[in-house]
Amino acid sequence: MPDTLSIIVVEADRDRALSIVDSLRSAGAYDIHVIAEPTGLARQIQARAPDVVLIDIENPSRDTLEELAVASGPMDRPVAMFVDRSDEGLSSAAIEAGVSAYVVDGMKPNRLKPVLDAAITRFHMFQRMRTELAETKRALEERKVIDRAKGMLMRARGIGEDEAYALLRKTAMDQGRRVADVAQALVTAAGLLS
Amino acid sequence: MKASGLKVGYLPLVDCAPLVIAQEMGFAAEEGIALDLRRAPSWSSVRDMLSFGQVDAAQMLSPVPIATALGLGGAGAPLSAVSVLSVNGDVIGVSRELERRLRDNGHDFAFNDARAAGLALIAAAGETLRIGVPFPFSMHAELVYYWLTALGRPAPQSVEIRTVPPPLMANAMEHGEIDAFCVGEPWGSQAVENGVGALLIPGRAIWAFAPEKVVAVRSDWAERESAMLGRLIRALRRAARWIADPDSHSLAAELLARPEYLDLSPDLLGRALDGRMVISPSGEERHVPGFIEFYRGGATFPWRSQAEWIGMQLAARLGLDREASARAARSAFRSDLHRAALRQYGADLPSASSKAEGAVRQPMEVGAEAGRLILEPDMFFDGRIFEPMPE
Repeated sequence: MPDTLSIIVVEADRDRALSIVDSLRSAGAYDIHVIAEPTGLARQIQARAPDVVLIDIENPSRDTLEELAVASGPMDRPVAMFVDRSDEGLSSAAIEAGVSAYVVDGMKPNRLKPVLDAAITRFHMFQRMRTELAETKRALEERKVIDRAKGMLMRARGIGEDEAYALLRKTAMDQGRRVADVAQALVTAAGLLS
Repeated sequence: MKASGLKVGYLPLVDCAPLVIAQEMGFAAEEGIALDLRRAPSWSSVRDMLSFGQVDAAQMLSPVPIATALGLGGAGAPLSAVSVLSVNGDVIGVSRELERRLRDNGHDFAFNDARAAGLALIAAAGETLRIGVPFPFSMHAELVYYWLTALGRPAPQSVEIRTVPPPLMANAMEHGEIDAFCVGEPWGSQAVENGVGALLIPGRAIWAFAPEKVVAVRSDWAERESAMLGRLIRALRRAARWIADPDSHSLAAELLARPEYLDLSPDLLGRALDGRMVISPSGEERHVPGFIEFYRGGATFPWRSQAEWIGMQLAARLGLDREASARAARSAFRSDLHRAALRQYGADLPSASSKAEGAVRQPMEVGAEAGRLILEPDMFFDGRIFEPMPE
């Protein structure tokens, strides 16, 4: 085995791929290659015979990598998902962060640790970004529904915007629900009645 | 009483129905549990969520706990199959191009004869035949290997088997990456609906009573949480009994269709439940009794002999020691835990835990601990009978 670990990063998103490569480079000298195209993933990987493959757990193409766990020829080195049997819980941490690592048979865990540490940190960051994005989207959606409910109340009861919002808020408090949920119920009910 | 939460991993497939129904129809609540269902994007991620403790239980391909017991396919913790979640439910489909060639050669798409369909497929396919299956360790892969090998086209040697996650199967066919597939519903029907493929035979035409998905837990969890496990097994069995009633099918399809579960049209999901398959984009329909079974014929019981059959297939293909493989495979299907959970509840449990696979030609009453148990036909298409090791 050559001294430099060869790593394949499977990632279709260019920015994410670059970001992973950057953090790996800062962790050590590796020979890194990115695969963005999921077609024939197993064959692409086999052709490059890497030591480590890093892939997002959410990536559905990941299942194709499981084929590599069974060597197809006598010269092939089987690649299997890295499972850490020491106390460090490196695999659990990786799965928690949303990255899985496939490594060739017989690789020493200490060679892999800096690679995984770097990947885990980066994937945690992706996860935070994903959560933030989802939150922002949800807040926007809710704002839209609340605006619609306010508009309906203003028309139906001939009241102003502030008053309409106060009414929604009071109802929500009385029922122990969120303003957005009350607004949604109103919009749904109005849709059924019209 | 507050229900104890149980995290359960699943993939969006018709055969996850007992999990969804147990939660939505209150069978879980009756047992004092609440299922927190976590949808996963791929089989390896369900397996890893289970192995690394992110979920307590999971819908799993029946060969996965066995492959794990044989030391195949990565992941860590030993897994136990404690119930069979579903029997049958796969379809084999072909591309429009292969469909055309098959029809030109006079194949009738009768949808019930695995021998005729297989020989026609081999004749129509020519040199290369690329078949998509959802996972290297799956009933889909085993059915395809068994079927084509028995018909004289040794698989995997002379067939290219490709792994494609179920929701992407229609897509892979559309892009010409595969010529045929074996996949669980509704993803075969989805290929028909999108006009990219036609269905050739249901999986049950190859093996009439194939354990398709199991409920898997970590073996150490099963030991530690036996009371919780019992509740889960009972809740799922009640859900399975409910789904088996044809009157439940439309509601079951509606529940599965919800955005948080499969997010597809109830009509598409209902086809498998009713066994009314639309096999081609021109709308031909075929009726398949027993297309998928959740309850009939003692479907939930994890027979050691089923596990052994899977183990022997894997051993033969991968060159593993046969006897050791058979032993390891049997130990992954926990008929003992299944019995323990149901014994006091008047369930129809068989007296034996192993049987000859493929020997039941018509519904047959067998010895039961209590009640009556009638096994459904379980023939292999080539009439072979698999004799397991003595218990």
